[in-house]
Amino acid sequence: MQTDPERRGFLMRTAALAGTLALGGCDRLSETPWFRQVLDSAEGATSRAQRFLLGSGPLAREYTEADLSPVFKANGSVSVDDFDYQTLAEKGFVDWRLQIDGLVERPQRLSLAELRAMPSRTQITRHDCVEGWSCIGKWTGTPLTSVLERAGVQSQARYVVFHCADTLEPTLDGTGQYYESLGFEDAYHPQTILAYDMNGHPLPIPHGAPLRLRVERQLGYKMAKYIMRIELVESFTGIGRGRGGFWEDRGYEWYAGI
Amino acid sequence: MIGRHTLIRRHSLMVRVTHWINAVCLLILLMSGLQIFNAHPALYWGQASAFDHPILALTATDGGEAGNRGVTEIFGHTFDTTGILGASLGSGAELQRRGFPSWLTLPSYQDLATGRRWHFFFAWLLVLNGTVYFLYGVVSGHLRRDLLPTGRQLRAIGHTIREHLLLRFPRGDEARRYNVLQKLAYLAVALVLLPLAVLTGLTMSPGMDAAVPELLSFFGGRQSARTIHFLAASGLVLFVAVHVAMVLLSGAWNNLRSMITGSYLLQDSVHADRS
Repeated sequence: MQTDPERRGFLMRTAALAGTLALGGCDRLSETPWFRQVLDSAEGATSRAQRFLLGSGPLAREYTEADLSPVFKANGSVSVDDFDYQTLAEKGFVDWRLQIDGLVERPQRLSLAELRAMPSRTQITRHDCVEGWSCIGKWTGTPLTSVLERAGVQSQARYVVFHCADTLEPTLDGTGQYYESLGFEDAYHPQTILAYDMNGHPLPIPHGAPLRLRVERQLGYKMAKYIMRIELVESFTGIGRGRGGFWEDRGYEWYAGI
Repeated sequence: MIGRHTLIRRHSLMVRVTHWINAVCLLILLMSGLQIFNAHPALYWGQASAFDHPILALTATDGGEAGNRGVTEIFGHTFDTTGILGASLGSGAELQRRGFPSWLTLPSYQDLATGRRWHFFFAWLLVLNGTVYFLYGVVSGHLRRDLLPTGRQLRAIGHTIREHLLLRFPRGDEARRYNVLQKLAYLAVALVLLPLAVLTGLTMSPGMDAAVPELLSFFGGRQSARTIHFLAASGLVLFVAVHVAMVLLSGAWNNLRSMITGSYLLQDSVHADRS
């Protein structure tokens, strides 16, 4: 059996055509709902596998002062273009209150001073951005568990939603406002804190002043900055575009452990 | 002459199926991986990113009227790579800032979220497929019988390298099995490069780092793991380039058919012509 030039030419042309179709086809497939669902099914597998491995609640690695990044990149919103927020910022956030409501027994309005008076945790951890870079910073804050216990979580609550002051994408319907949500596996994790200090100083505005979330076993976009309100809900489908967070509404995974 | 051309069964069904699934996975993982890389087209060493000291960075400078220039920085040395790395043509006529060009990424346009969806789906498929292949390879004896080089083969490795460089490939009985270079290359891919790519990929996951902190210690940090992941992928690309070249040079149709139907045409070692 010999390969004649004609057949070879035909094979080459077929391969080139298939290549071109495949490239264009992959772009189109990415936007086809049923195929997107197939791709998205990997998130369930990843999240179940990691939940299994993280069952005993291991901590993310903690580093030393020597490991602190000299430059900690500020990403996403680095300021808040909102009059009320800017008024609060000008007065050093003394009038800022963290509102905790939704499915709780005792809705709260906590000042920074009250949060600072509660139990605190300091941790030097690595911040992993979904883009691929990492920075190491020192965070001090109130464990989310303490705040949730103070408010008393009702039994039907399934998610903790963080509403933020920043609008990352201007939209007419307000869905460009940043928000995030956590399940209780991560909400009650000891390293999940509401941080008010970074590297020993009050949280700077580019990093989310006056309060940001730290969820050390997930990627940076889960760690909402400029938190104004924490809402306990049974379902987040009615919030934003319904997928549990600003970036989740734009195609990113709700489970950001990878 | 009887026996001059003999059709033998070269690849088992399991090897053929897992081979092609693996090939599709690798292509998609490479292209979606470059999409993910483009979100921050720089590599570092250690736990965190020292932004001023990347090992590799694909950047662009604003050339004003002349348009963007693509700049590749490796260990502090810079090269103009306009058109391919750093800045390349997208759908329009202007040079866009992007690490790798659009024809190498999946999707072709900048979309990290979708790139990640492709990457993680096919990463699962690669791991499942690889596990099936490995278990089959051990149980059936395929790994030991077909991939483990014999002492005789290893001793003759110099000869085999020379023959390959002269593009003279084994014929007859010698072609019934893989030659020593094939065996070593396939073993390196199956047992070193692919597992390395998977493990360094997992080390980039903050969830996995909490579950298995040894990953971080083993690879020297998340950013080191990301760099090794890139190198492992580069190694796989190099392997595929050589692999495809060898397939084409040593009888494209015969090789391709053997990996599709399983049948391989054995040519007589003395009289075989070399067309």
